[in-house]
Amino acid sequence: MKKIGKLTMTAVIGLILTALFSGPGAFAEELLVYTALEDDEIPRYLELFKKEHPEITVKIVRDSTGIVTAKLLAEKDNPRADVVWGTAATSLLVCDQNGMLEGYAPKGLEKVRPEFRDPREIPHWVGIKAWMTGLCVNTVEIGALKIPAPESYADLIKPEYKNQIVMPNPASSGTGFLTVSAVLQMMGEEKGWDYLDKLHENIARYTHSGSKPCKLAGAGEVPIGISFGYRGFIQKQKGEPVMTVFPKEGSGWDVEANAMIKKAVIKESAKIFLDWAISEPVMKEYAKVYPVTAYATGMPVPEGFPENPEKQLIKNDFQWAAKNRAAILEKWTQRYDTKSEAK
Amino acid sequence: MPDNAIRTPLFFSLPETFDGDKWICRILILLVCVWLATVVFLPVFGLLSKSLTDADGNFAGLANFVYYFQTPALSGSLTNSLFVSGLTMLISVSLGFFYAYALTRTNIPAKGFFRGLAMMPLFAPTLLNGIALVYLFGRQGLITRGFFGTLPGWDIGLYGPVGIIISEVIFTFPQAMLILSVALRMTDARLYEASYSLGASKWRTFFTVTLPGIKYGLISAVFVCFILAFTDFGAPKVVGGNYNILATDIYKQVIGQQNFVMGAVVSVVLLIPTVIAFVADRIAQRKQVSMIAARSVPLIPEADKVKDRLFLGYCSLMAFLIIAFFATALFASLVKIWPYDLSLSLHHYNFRRMGGGGYASFFNSIRMSFYSALAGTAITFASAYLVEKTGGMRSLRQGAYFLSILPLALPGLVIGLAYIFFFNAPAWTVLGITIPNPLNFLYATMGILVLSNVVHFYTVSFLTATTALKQLDQEFETVSESMGVPFYKTFFRVTVPVCLPAILEIGMYYFVNSMATVSAVIFLYSADIPLASVAVANMDDAGDTAPACAMSVLIVLTNVLVRILYGILTKGVHKKTQAWTSAG
Repeated sequence: MKKIGKLTMTAVIGLILTALFSGPGAFAEELLVYTALEDDEIPRYLELFKKEHPEITVKIVRDSTGIVTAKLLAEKDNPRADVVWGTAATSLLVCDQNGMLEGYAPKGLEKVRPEFRDPREIPHWVGIKAWMTGLCVNTVEIGALKIPAPESYADLIKPEYKNQIVMPNPASSGTGFLTVSAVLQMMGEEKGWDYLDKLHENIARYTHSGSKPCKLAGAGEVPIGISFGYRGFIQKQKGEPVMTVFPKEGSGWDVEANAMIKKAVIKESAKIFLDWAISEPVMKEYAKVYPVTAYATGMPVPEGFPENPEKQLIKNDFQWAAKNRAAILEKWTQRYDTKSEAK
Repeated sequence: MPDNAIRTPLFFSLPETFDGDKWICRILILLVCVWLATVVFLPVFGLLSKSLTDADGNFAGLANFVYYFQTPALSGSLTNSLFVSGLTMLISVSLGFFYAYALTRTNIPAKGFFRGLAMMPLFAPTLLNGIALVYLFGRQGLITRGFFGTLPGWDIGLYGPVGIIISEVIFTFPQAMLILSVALRMTDARLYEASYSLGASKWRTFFTVTLPGIKYGLISAVFVCFILAFTDFGAPKVVGGNYNILATDIYKQVIGQQNFVMGAVVSVVLLIPTVIAFVADRIAQRKQVSMIAARSVPLIPEADKVKDRLFLGYCSLMAFLIIAFFATALFASLVKIWPYDLSLSLHHYNFRRMGGGGYASFFNSIRMSFYSALAGTAITFASAYLVEKTGGMRSLRQGAYFLSILPLALPGLVIGLAYIFFFNAPAWTVLGITIPNPLNFLYATMGILVLSNVVHFYTVSFLTATTALKQLDQEFETVSESMGVPFYKTFFRVTVPVCLPAILEIGMYYFVNSMATVSAVIFLYSADIPLASVAVANMDDAGDTAPACAMSVLIVLTNVLVRILYGILTKGVHKKTQAWTSAG
């Protein structure tokens, strides 16, 4: 009788297997990298790595910051990624609090600015660059609507911008979170939530990713998108009528950082990748589109950014942001996630 | 083998005399049951139990549901979902009824053209419905902007219920039309003659003969449209704005926040009305008695110029809308920078430096759909044969039949989520006993994608196969048996060739749907195997609407191509294998 049971089970698996003779069965050593860098910037960096280390196969899993974070946390007990590359430091701090990161001091660490790395001697995370809130404004559409371009956070809650702003959902988007976190830090919690209440009145909708608001602004679907510096800059190059405004009060920002995931077996290629990720050639490549990098590269500030980009960054307490991330998101979701109810 | 104990008694009750042929049959039917239980019943059961646990996996009773219904931000979606799908159903069934009526009960020309065109939305991922609407009615849409300022614009306030309802109507209209066409065709002209000779007016005949005659078709159309609109998430994701509905909530909970428990809770909330609608439909269909008797006379619509013109006008209008809809999508995918630079280019079809996986995803989708068609057709047809044509083991065959109908009640999102829990678990715990999961290896492979498609589209294929098999005389089996020919020889020599048209139809159905589906696979694909329809969702998420539109256009074109190929194939096959039908 047992035999028949086994037979049926094997047959079921056999049936499924017939449908299976596919799937790239890559068993060669490959490096699994999770990243929240933009889709259109990854290839330009990765090209450099492939040139230097053709022997290593890098597999990239890219998603929005919130999703990469959630994915890492979900896989906590059985981690799959080897390395995290270019993902918000606040998120990596959360991972670190869960004991998921392995310390590693990449080559060239001494050059990295102190506020761009984990202060421990063997850091658990090392930054590559900062990304900051930038407002993407469609110049054609605001002209047609006869409204001025906003210059500050204070402007964004004015009644003339009602339903003219899109913003990323902080629960899934890193850009959304750093913006909310900046507002709360600059204004203090009470005034900050007051401000967000008023801002909510003007928001046409919240998006899943941080790049979408800028793309919607570029396409004229909604004239103003709360997004980040890089996006507006790239879309303008593509010919969309977008200008990027950095709010007067200062921009919320976060460091995009790298980390090694704590696993039973740490691959040698993980270390090679982390060394490379802060090496000078790729740092220069970062600097072409991001004005503030982990160390000065001597590259000029990309066009459209403030002359002194570092001054634009607010004083940001990462530890505070990481510690309060879950609470902020829960409160935010309770208050604003159903835009329809607020009407 | 966990469930040995449950299965063993069955074997004890079998007769001692050994009949090899019958034995094979029995084992095969048993296999069908085990297979369906494994891929349908157990995963759904797992999902249900997940919704009753807390984040750490401890049993929490109904606590999650209490939390769900006490949080208006979450439970508001249920009302929203019921509202949009209810309205969609009303509109779709009405539109579909008049269209089907025109195709079956009037003398309008070009019926084949109208029918083919109305089926177009079946070939597209529902995300495309949303995307095309953005280009028509979004802030920069053709209609909103009055064709780039040449006409006065009209803003319908797309994002929210309006957009969702329009896209769902486009999605469900072909289904309503198909079901009602079948119902309207199955009629007996003698009833109309009787009604006419009794002096009933046309309107009276309509209400006393036509409508009661299609009662069951109508009920079916109502439930099918409702379920489809209620569970679809592609279109609402694009045009839903901040109008939350259940399907997008599941996606937000699982993909956006990786909150699997809440995802499971919302899935159950989504599943309940779906199952109710499904059961209600089943009960209604059981009462159906065949309208067609041996002496029935097919109804030939009489010429009525006014009526024909009216219906031709209506069909032309619908056809125009469908063409305009797809033409807009095609145009938008070719425009350089909508709406600022309207020069045409193919650069959105480049997909480089874009999320979603580009052409790799497109070819993966083709492979996946091909495997799904292959595996799905083989499995559904073989199981339908075993259930329909083999004798004995009545209760087992009925069990297999029930399990084969069940997948129809399962929304893709529910299948996807249930499969994550079922296949990703390194071990299952049943009644405190931990069993290592033998199917874990399937997780994040092409196999699980194919499997999810086979199950997702199982019921319709199974019913198609059953219908085809029912038309075959049971005598084939009886004669073969008495001549000592084993049933599998009859199966391959007689049944399969004769049913080839139905088999091809099932294959096409699997391919086309696997190509367009997003709901189940979006939870199951892995970074290794990106898929085209998922790429559409991801590119839209990133705000790359035009490339998302381009990818959808590729999916539609592929499906239309496959449909044409199917048309050519069936013509050839028909000549070769169906000669008996006309000779007979």
